[in-house]
Amino acid sequence: MGLKRIVTRVFGDDSFVTTKLDAAIGWSRKYSLFMYPFVTACCGMEYMSVSSSHYDLDRFGAAFPRFSPRQADVLIVVGTISHKIAPVLSRVYEQMTEPKWVIAFGVCTCTGGFYDNYATVQGIDTLIPVDIYIPGCPPRPETVIQGIMMLQDKIQKQRQEY
Amino acid sequence: MGRATEILRARFADCFLDAHEQHGDETVVLRPAGIAAVAAFLRSDAELLFNVLMDVTAVDYPGRTPRFEVVYHFYSLPRRARLRIKLPVPEDQPEVDSLTPLWKSANWYEREVWDMFGIRFRGHPNLKRILMYEAFEGHPLRKDYPIKKRQPLIGPMN
Amino acid sequence: MADDMKQDPEVERRDNPAAAAAEDDDDARRMVINIGPSHPAMHGIIRIVTELEGETVRKAEIEIGYLHRAFEKSAEHVGWNGVMPYTDRLNYVSPLINNFGYCMAVEKLMGIRPPERAEYIRTIMAELSRVGDHLTCVGASAMELNAFTAFLYFMAARELIYELVEDVTGARITIAYGRVGGVRSDLPEGFIPKALGFFKTIRKNIAEVHGLLTRNRIFYDRMRDTGVIHAADALDYGIMGPFLRGTGVAHDLRKAEPYHMYSRVEFVVPTGTRGDNYDRYLVRMEEMEQSLRICEQCFKQMAPGTHQADIPPEYLDANQMVDAAKHARTECLIDREARLSPNMEGQEHRHKRQVIADDKTAAMPSLGKTYSNIESLMNHFMLVMNCHGIRPPAGEAYAAVEGANGELGFYAVSDGTGYPHRVRVHPPCFPIVASLEQVLVGGMVADIIATFGSVNMIGGELDR
Repeated sequence: MGLKRIVTRVFGDDSFVTTKLDAAIGWSRKYSLFMYPFVTACCGMEYMSVSSSHYDLDRFGAAFPRFSPRQADVLIVVGTISHKIAPVLSRVYEQMTEPKWVIAFGVCTCTGGFYDNYATVQGIDTLIPVDIYIPGCPPRPETVIQGIMMLQDKIQKQRQEY
Repeated sequence: MGRATEILRARFADCFLDAHEQHGDETVVLRPAGIAAVAAFLRSDAELLFNVLMDVTAVDYPGRTPRFEVVYHFYSLPRRARLRIKLPVPEDQPEVDSLTPLWKSANWYEREVWDMFGIRFRGHPNLKRILMYEAFEGHPLRKDYPIKKRQPLIGPMN
Repeated sequence: MADDMKQDPEVERRDNPAAAAAEDDDDARRMVINIGPSHPAMHGIIRIVTELEGETVRKAEIEIGYLHRAFEKSAEHVGWNGVMPYTDRLNYVSPLINNFGYCMAVEKLMGIRPPERAEYIRTIMAELSRVGDHLTCVGASAMELNAFTAFLYFMAARELIYELVEDVTGARITIAYGRVGGVRSDLPEGFIPKALGFFKTIRKNIAEVHGLLTRNRIFYDRMRDTGVIHAADALDYGIMGPFLRGTGVAHDLRKAEPYHMYSRVEFVVPTGTRGDNYDRYLVRMEEMEQSLRICEQCFKQMAPGTHQADIPPEYLDANQMVDAAKHARTECLIDREARLSPNMEGQEHRHKRQVIADDKTAAMPSLGKTYSNIESLMNHFMLVMNCHGIRPPAGEAYAAVEGANGELGFYAVSDGTGYPHRVRVHPPCFPIVASLEQVLVGGMVADIIATFGSVNMIGGELDR
């Protein structure tokens, strides 16, 4: 284990480190984000870019998509949510186990974007709680990476349930 | 005048209403009752050979009688020719014959026109909504449907 | 009364136990499996309700509409120019083709012809988009068949396409680059050598994937003779594009009804023979090469050296212009443009001029002209003010381009006001998805993934 090696190297064999349990759990949780990509629309193209080799989401421990909501930590909602798909989205969210976080990827999921009409949901936060909003239509990969780093910060700082 | 217009005018004089060639698009306006016979003819005629039904849609003209216009786009692959046929459809009886027995492509297009405009297709095997959900009321592409009138399945109105 | 009782199924079952048992058996053998709307092996949201017998699909029912975003309704509530960003999001994998298709419909309505250079730029950008689309389609469907490496190679190549598109349009995906009568901006300096360099890498990646997939036993077995459709059926469904060409019909709108500059370039329309997934894969792989060839020919044919619009303007310093105006020497100002700070558009490099037809009813005057003379300023106002803007004469027009999935048509109806009366899109993958109800039947469950990958379903244009 990396941490133990560092601690032994710096302080010697019989040393130990004290930390808050919350901080330790947060630290481990934030680097093993298993995502469930709920990809519907244009933003999916940028999600593909972010998760493949060029932008390499793996650096943040967040590359591995789990295609079952039961195994995922982060629901990443990518693309416009219409009223027809809305019940499916909330069902997927309910199936995820705690602790869970939600990223709204793209302006359609944040506010509805420029689709302000009879068919679209005006922001997924009217359906499920959202942790990080990533604006942009679609957001550039750099913006997405910043959003994910902000989520990691949030996970580190929050009160951990275990 | 295009060849298809000439032939249709001569052969289907009883349901021929009008024709134009605006911007080079050959267009024929017919009485709705004749569409099934005309389409069957277009498909089988050895000279015209319109073997692809490219598109079926409708346009809403509020204030005009008849209010709706169903628009067909035919394409002839061997001749590389296009033909647009328009049918004026009244508001009180929005119904035309289905072309699904002739072309499989008509199936989904006609379902979409029913979904969006509320125009029924006589003889369609499965005329139900395609883009919207069953609980949706009204037909959104009609001009009198407000663009922001939401009917959510779950969640708040906006 | 007896007849009524006969029709009651419960009574019938009681009277004829052997038939009832056979029916039960049949029901037990048949299983209904719901795939989607959010399924891991499908990019895009669609629901397929399959009825299985063992692993064989006996019936498939397709439910679409999960990404219905009311494109056609929205288009009636924004001006003719305002529709442009919405068209980007129809087929978001090849947005440039959508842009130009819509522009062509409006140009047809207004009787405008774009300048030659704009047509060349459109051809180049449309072909780049097509390459990007096929890369995504083949890459994603290979990934769903577990060939993840091919996906990564193609994503790396697509990243280069995005970089080229970004250099020209300023955005990666949703570009709003088309303008009625031309394009938003000229090609930047050094674009052609950069593109030629990138083409080498893209070709290398395509060759790499050829090596990985084309003669790969697993890939071949899963693609060959699955998802078969015959030419007659494909035409019956109104299918165009690679899906039709896979069946052996060499129909391509770029050849059949040449638009842009396709009549001046040489390219081959690849076709398959069997109409199965493997043929469609080969057709797409070959089309990418042909698209790159078209781009290279356009680079050669375009007037060399000039990276500006047809007539470069005469520049005058802004303060001199003010002086001249104060002394009423306005006659010399009409053709001149004020030399503006390069930061005017919020960027360090000089903004690129648009390449657009010289038509006041549709083309926005250049920035310099808008700041220098009153005619252009008024023209600008008339085009951007609410309730003004582009006003095609009342009428209707249908214009079609060869989208990455087939014929992409725009049927525009104008009533003479600044807002479209109706904009109808003929979506290329709509008939293909409709045909799935027939194509999937008789195949295995596992074939659904391969077939669905080769359909290249794009939610934006399918559901609009």
